[in-house]
Amino acid sequence: MILPNLEYAASEMFVAVAAMVLLMIGVFRGEGSARLVSALSILVLAAAAAITVWMSPGESRMAFAGMFVSNGYTTFLKVGILLASAVGIVLSVGYNAREAIERFEYPVLIVLAALGMMVMVSAGDLLSLYIGLELQSLSLYVIAAIRRDSVKSSEAGLKYFVLGALASGMLLFGASLVYGFAGTTAFAGLAAQLTGASAPSVGLVVGLVLVMVGLAFKVSAVPFHMWTPDVYEGAPTPVTAFFAAAPKLAAMGLFVSVLAGPFGGLVKQWSQIVIVLAIASMVLGAFAAIAQTNIKRLMAYSSIGHIGYALVGLASGTKDGYSAVLVYMAIYIVMTLGAFAVILAMQRSGRMVEEIGDLTGLSRTNPLMAAMMLIFMFSMAGIPPLAGFYAKLYVFLAAVEAELYFLAVIGLVTSVVGAYYYIRIVKVMYFDEPEDALDPRPGRDLGAIQFVAGMATLLFFLFPSLLVGAADTAVFSLTGG
Amino acid sequence: MILQAIAFYLFAFIAVAAAVMVVTARNPVHSVLFLVLTFFNAAGLFVLTGAEFLAMILVIVYVGAVAVLFLFVVMMLDINFVELREGFQRYLPIGGLIAAILLGEIVFVGGIWAVAPEVRGALTERVPEGSALTNTEMLGRLLYTKYVYLFQLAGMVLFVAMVGAIVLTLRQRPGVRKQKIGEQVRRRRDETVELKQVRPGEGV
Repeated sequence: MILPNLEYAASEMFVAVAAMVLLMIGVFRGEGSARLVSALSILVLAAAAAITVWMSPGESRMAFAGMFVSNGYTTFLKVGILLASAVGIVLSVGYNAREAIERFEYPVLIVLAALGMMVMVSAGDLLSLYIGLELQSLSLYVIAAIRRDSVKSSEAGLKYFVLGALASGMLLFGASLVYGFAGTTAFAGLAAQLTGASAPSVGLVVGLVLVMVGLAFKVSAVPFHMWTPDVYEGAPTPVTAFFAAAPKLAAMGLFVSVLAGPFGGLVKQWSQIVIVLAIASMVLGAFAAIAQTNIKRLMAYSSIGHIGYALVGLASGTKDGYSAVLVYMAIYIVMTLGAFAVILAMQRSGRMVEEIGDLTGLSRTNPLMAAMMLIFMFSMAGIPPLAGFYAKLYVFLAAVEAELYFLAVIGLVTSVVGAYYYIRIVKVMYFDEPEDALDPRPGRDLGAIQFVAGMATLLFFLFPSLLVGAADTAVFSLTGG
Repeated sequence: MILQAIAFYLFAFIAVAAAVMVVTARNPVHSVLFLVLTFFNAAGLFVLTGAEFLAMILVIVYVGAVAVLFLFVVMMLDINFVELREGFQRYLPIGGLIAAILLGEIVFVGGIWAVAPEVRGALTERVPEGSALTNTEMLGRLLYTKYVYLFQLAGMVLFVAMVGAIVLTLRQRPGVRKQKIGEQVRRRRDETVELKQVRPGEGV
């Protein structure tokens, strides 16, 4: 048999075929089919998550001549990616209909982006990594510019495209250097060469650094974050919500698996860079967000800060650290999607508003939504016993165990600074006099997402072992014991 | 052997000279035409190394499609290239500095380049003699076996590009008269032509 182990890529093949079928349905049913295609896309993503779990092998399995890897780690990430993408579509349905940008291609592009992310995290070779990354990015560029009549949205798409192309170029240049010096692009081959190597060649390290630059751009770590605030502000809000969730998880998961897998032998070299990225992201995320008045820009800086905290776990270079990254990203996604469900519900007489000041007096006009936003903001600030506190706790514990004390201290200081702007939103909601009340009723779908995310954030402390155990098993299958 | 060397230097020289002309030519249409010349000579170099498939692909894809597309763009978009060039003088110092730094770094990296011993063997090794496979067949076999995953995914990337282009540019405009061949053919004479009796000396 030429292609053994094909069954491990079953969910990818399913998603690829389903995306084409969905597009066909949209094309043949015409303009009014956006709602139907959205609903079917959500079903497809959920089914793909089920297939991923069902087909998940216990230990690492390769397919397609080593280009594709499937193990517990990829399963963990793929389930997260698929569910976050599905929620991204749910968030978009009502908004797109209201703003008259309802198009059936939108959910199809999200499904294709999800396919790209699945390919990325399953990459067993620098080539498949790159193609997956491009598939994901290309879909995201189009989605960012989906409101093509708005200058801001087109600008967001173009900016993202140009800078993303530059980052892809860096990554490719790095990959070609790695190939030139190591003679292979396969992760297994690189890992075999680099473990126990006394002095890696400088060229290989330069290649690794350039690959890291490309990946740091995708997770929007400082100093490769410039695009984030503009793209987040310019893109339509449900697109921003999607950008802040699934692609971040995928890129971060890829970052961990590339550094811990093939380049695991170079941990001394890359951990310095990750430390710099982490510190810069945490500091910028904390200080730059203070001056923001637009809540989408605030969320952009907040996401940069959160990436910094997640990178702290990666910098420790230990199994506990990698597991902490996964836990952090999972909790971050839940909080972010919940917070965006609140932001999407911010309308005044049918029009979207996105200034922080528009939230004034929300506690009186819509106490339930205000309470949910309170949970998300306190959790992002890291206040116990909410989920965000545990996320930070695991990350900092891993850093302390790896004797990176200064990193943990900087993290603590910046999270205190960051708490200011999260708590300011709570203050605006609860203590400021309401001026113009927001429209009281969000859609049922938004309310449900707010509620589920809020409960998950609030009650995480009762069952932390569910997520932490899953992350530990995932990392175990990545590093192989 | 000498003939091959002459051919190599001829192709290489013209390729480099044409490439220089691409960036220095004042008229953008001339630039594109020189680009076509560069592609042709690069294809010649591929033929010399025994990669006839790549040579053909280069001519068909780059000359036939990409360069002609460039030509269309240059002719249809009224870009003022003189204006674009105005910044050249102004940005030369900083651009030159960055280029010099990059060059220095590449030389630095290249200086410590160590070629793995097996690479040297692979370089001198020609296409396995005596095997009945042509380049095209070999590439095809590789693409559909070892690299089938990447090949299919590259197809998905192109698919996304196509969908994206349609999403961002196709507009449904109302009131546009389109050709409906069925209706046009189905028209009968008495639906469209009316005979009027016009008497002499009166209008219609």
